[in-house]
Amino acid sequence: MTRSPHGPVPREAAVTASAPAPVAPAVSVAPGPHLHAAASTQRMMADVLVGLAPLVAVAVAQFRQHALFQMAIASCSAVVSEWLFARMRGRPATLWDLSALVTGLILALSLPAGAPWYAGAVGAAVAIGLGKAIFGGLGQNLFNPAMVGRAFAMISFPAALGASAYVSPSLGIEAVTSATPLTAFKMSGQVTPIGPLFLGATNGSIGETSALAALLGGLYLCFRRTAPWEIPAGAILAMGAAALPGLAGGGTTWTLAHDLSAGAFMYGAFFIATDPVTSPLTPRGKWIFGAGFGLLVAMIRRFSGYPEGVMFAILVMNALVPLINRGTIPVPVGGPAPQTR
Amino acid sequence: MSATMARLRGRPFRGGVHPSENKELSWECRIETLPPPPVVQVPVLQHTGAPCSPVVKPKQEVRAGDLLADSSAFVSAPVHAPVAGVVQRETVATLPNGRHVKVIPIQTAADQPTPEDLWADVYGGEWPLDGVEAAEPSAIVSAIRAAGIVGQGGAAFPTHVKLTPNPAKPVDTVLVNGCECEPYLTSDHRLMLEAPRPIVVGALLAARACGARRVVAAVEDHKPGASAALRAAADGAAFEVIELPTKYPMGGEKQTVRAALGRTIPTGGLPLDVGVVVLNVATCAAIARAVLRGRPLTHRVVTVTGRGIRTPKNLLVPVGASYADLLAACGGLAPDAARVIAGGPMMGFSLGSFQAPVTKGTSGIVVLTAADVRAVEETACIRCGRCVDVCPLNLVPTRLALAARHKDWTMARRFHITACMECGCCAWVCPAAIPLVQLIRTGKVQMQKEAGA
Ligand code: SF4
Ligand code: SF4
Repeated sequence: MTRSPHGPVPREAAVTASAPAPVAPAVSVAPGPHLHAAASTQRMMADVLVGLAPLVAVAVAQFRQHALFQMAIASCSAVVSEWLFARMRGRPATLWDLSALVTGLILALSLPAGAPWYAGAVGAAVAIGLGKAIFGGLGQNLFNPAMVGRAFAMISFPAALGASAYVSPSLGIEAVTSATPLTAFKMSGQVTPIGPLFLGATNGSIGETSALAALLGGLYLCFRRTAPWEIPAGAILAMGAAALPGLAGGGTTWTLAHDLSAGAFMYGAFFIATDPVTSPLTPRGKWIFGAGFGLLVAMIRRFSGYPEGVMFAILVMNALVPLINRGTIPVPVGGPAPQTR
Repeated sequence: MSATMARLRGRPFRGGVHPSENKELSWECRIETLPPPPVVQVPVLQHTGAPCSPVVKPKQEVRAGDLLADSSAFVSAPVHAPVAGVVQRETVATLPNGRHVKVIPIQTAADQPTPEDLWADVYGGEWPLDGVEAAEPSAIVSAIRAAGIVGQGGAAFPTHVKLTPNPAKPVDTVLVNGCECEPYLTSDHRLMLEAPRPIVVGALLAARACGARRVVAAVEDHKPGASAALRAAADGAAFEVIELPTKYPMGGEKQTVRAALGRTIPTGGLPLDVGVVVLNVATCAAIARAVLRGRPLTHRVVTVTGRGIRTPKNLLVPVGASYADLLAACGGLAPDAARVIAGGPMMGFSLGSFQAPVTKGTSGIVVLTAADVRAVEETACIRCGRCVDVCPLNLVPTRLALAARHKDWTMARRFHITACMECGCCAWVCPAAIPLVQLIRTGKVQMQKEAGA
């Protein structure tokens, strides 16, 4: 293929005897398509920020300055780390794609209101460094950076992020005087009423308490096609399927609605599992991924010693993505391409 | 039946995109005839297949329609003089797709038909239906071959090859493609409005030649005027018109056949494999002209449009006129013109030089401004899968591009790289602005080269 190199090339005058010579604009040569959708990575990330707005609003309404504190710490740490790691790798910093900010905020929203400052700061730095940069930057990482950061912080500072850390009456916030609904149910079989659970008047990580907020923001993302709807749909269906055996056994007052509304499930299904980089490529892969996530959350909540399983479910499913991608190569319309040789 | 089902489900084919069409720029412009340029340069290869050898000598005088070059190969199409004049010494021109071809220049004689006479000769006048009955199938095919007709929708495959009856692959339907799904272009649209009759007659002739019983024209539903014009021109003949949802790339053969007839062309196959011959509307009109009037394909309608051209127009031009001639006839480039594209903006090639000649397959020239061609910088793939969602062929473009980048041909095959039709949907939608089509196209070529070596 003999094409001119990209960039402006001198334009030959389009002149004939009958027409005046037009002024000579610089005409550039480039491969097609010559039109492009108004989509960019930055726009998608900005969309995520818009989608997170209801969660942020609920967090601030509920946990006030503590929520602002967590978000400020984690976001700043993430953005600064992004800049530092880009410099270390000798790459131009890609702060403007907003991905670091999104990572920081996603992490902050998964922290308890009373977490010490270093939990968010270290978590965000690790999220960017270990979660992303060492894999080669945005698009190359296997695991969701925010969840890597959170897992690291949780292992490093168990007292600061474990179930007990959620109860800190000294903060002067009403919600944090009692255990989170999932812990209360796990430990003492106590069932939180569905109303407050759904709306977000309960204890929990600052961004996870309101299933309603997550649903609103999440549906916005799906509507904008920034998040693939297949993943939350698969997750919710799987959660429903996991609740079936319980129904047959007569059941408790802890219903499927409780499972869907409690903890970080909605938040995880709409905002964390839908991270494009760490989820599968094809619609079928996304269904499988979403369903696997929902199932894992249900299993961990029911059968493990942990009250909540969103973080682990995400990380496990992330690890399976290459496998899912390999197993879901779509058959082209019209059948497989005839193999030459 | 399954076509109805497909339409009921509201998904005529998978994927696809909706770029802004901008057809209104030239939508209403009546076809004008380009005054014959002082020189036309007729390429000896304007089609997919074997190039022709000249049968004329420099300084020889030719009349409009005289044979200039021919080939004995089956998959080839002769070229003819679009204007009366004197043959010049052969030169070489570079076509927009980068191919170098021999061209036969003709110095245009002073005495040329008036625009009215030219229009009457090419698309005007009477197109009697009884001409269809009178024509012998084999005579139709030879007339098409002799007239040098090739697909005018872009691929430029010699039409007589498609229509030669093949007992192993009987044809039951001729599908007339009036979708014109590329944004900006309106040449087919104007032709359907202003000359629907030769389209109908040509399609019926084609059906007679290949033994098809059904003739269906497919038009996107944002061109109701065009479908109405075709229906009126059919005038009781067995010629159906169906409207398909507007979506790019509806005009792709696989997509039109799927949407209009509910049949799926196998990967690597042709419409012929499912009993269909697809013909562009302009090709149909050329068939009518060849069979009923014995005239070769020497002119075509070209849309010159975009915000970067002063006066968008639909022009009837002789094959061999240069892009510069057409741009000048439309008032020249606007000061903010930034890119000149041969063909549509999705699959067309950008031009650095405007000396290239218009060929039988040139459907338009689109001049975009700096504001249209957003300077987007490529960033890292975020594996969002949008390219997968829009691929009309259900491929995984990001993986194909990756395989092509790494020259990993095993991976390229595993992801069916050869199935890609290079429609550009994936690159259009990609938020990371990765030149997916370019990577895939280069990959396909390299893979083939290495397999051959
Ligand atoms: S659309 Fe672009 S960024 Fe998204 S997966 Fe495809 S190639 Fe990657
Ligand atoms: S260019 Fe190829 S890979 Fe991209 S959308 Fe079109 S057919 Fe699919």
